[in-house]
Amino acid sequence: MNRIALFIPLVVFAILTLFLLKGLDRDPTELPSALVGEAFPNFVLPSLADEQTFFSERDLGGRVVLVNVWATWCFACRIEHPMLNQLATEGVAIIGLNYKDQDQQARQWLERKGNPYVFNIVDSKGTLGFDLGVTGAPETYLVDAQGIIRYRRVGVVDQRVWDDEINDLYQQLSGEVK
Amino acid sequence: MPRYLFKTALMIMLLLAPLTHLNKSSIVWASSDIVQFSDPLLRDRYYQLVQELRCPKCQNQNLADSNAPISKDMKAQIHSMLEAQKTDDQIKQHLVSRYSEFVLYRPEVNANTWFLWFAPLCIVLFGAVVIWRYAFSGNPAKSDAKTYAADLSAKQQQKLSKLLGEDEQS
Repeated sequence: MNRIALFIPLVVFAILTLFLLKGLDRDPTELPSALVGEAFPNFVLPSLADEQTFFSERDLGGRVVLVNVWATWCFACRIEHPMLNQLATEGVAIIGLNYKDQDQQARQWLERKGNPYVFNIVDSKGTLGFDLGVTGAPETYLVDAQGIIRYRRVGVVDQRVWDDEINDLYQQLSGEVK
Repeated sequence: MPRYLFKTALMIMLLLAPLTHLNKSSIVWASSDIVQFSDPLLRDRYYQLVQELRCPKCQNQNLADSNAPISKDMKAQIHSMLEAQKTDDQIKQHLVSRYSEFVLYRPEVNANTWFLWFAPLCIVLFGAVVIWRYAFSGNPAKSDAKTYAADLSAKQQQKLSKLLGEDEQS
């Protein structure tokens, strides 16, 4: 019995090492999303192109879309924008959520850098962003044809993220629609 | 007081020392945190909530300490929900459903968190058992002395008494 007890510290050490090794690969800034698997929140918000037009969650449905949260004050959005333009030319439907931004500046941004968005929702107070659990820009959500959020990306979507994390899911969900 | 009792008491006091910090009544607030409430009770609950809710954008800061835009939004939301007579649980649920359990510094007890909740208690109990056994499994020094005394022959015993006697006289 006593000899077995001598191994207790070794076992404790081994367990601790396993947990710490696992922790090395984890990004502490990556949060679990509360909304993956949930329906896209209800909203009624104006269009960026025309303040008199309003969109709601029903305008997302019927197809697989990316909802991209962006703003002109967001530096990383500048880096992300060419990738969105590229995805749009490949036929991916991207809907913009202009988050806590100035309409005028946002419109100028799209004129200068190109407009990859099917349409843009103006969320000047961040209310839809709050319901989505947005912590900052850019963020990107993959929403299926039933309006269910299937994936969330906090930070820039670049070629690597698209290839590794989004493309397969996007193709699979699009396949289900057809 | 026997030495081992003193040791035990000291260890128990050391184990309990962290608990003295539980009573954190004197929290000083930065002036930017002053928020107007219709009822002072709501203000107390507000400070309680922003203390134990965590900012989802910043690592390891609660809402009270954080200046991130998202924390400001969350604080405004808590403020308006308090004024709308929502309970603390409703407010927490509202935030958890959007920002996940990450925002709770005091998470609910469930399958994911039971280890977090009960491991410290288990470790303290384990420590208490170790201390108990160390302190009360018989005094090693004393039992050693007895063993040696039993091994002495009558002659040796005499010699020992003599030596000890000399020591006391000098």
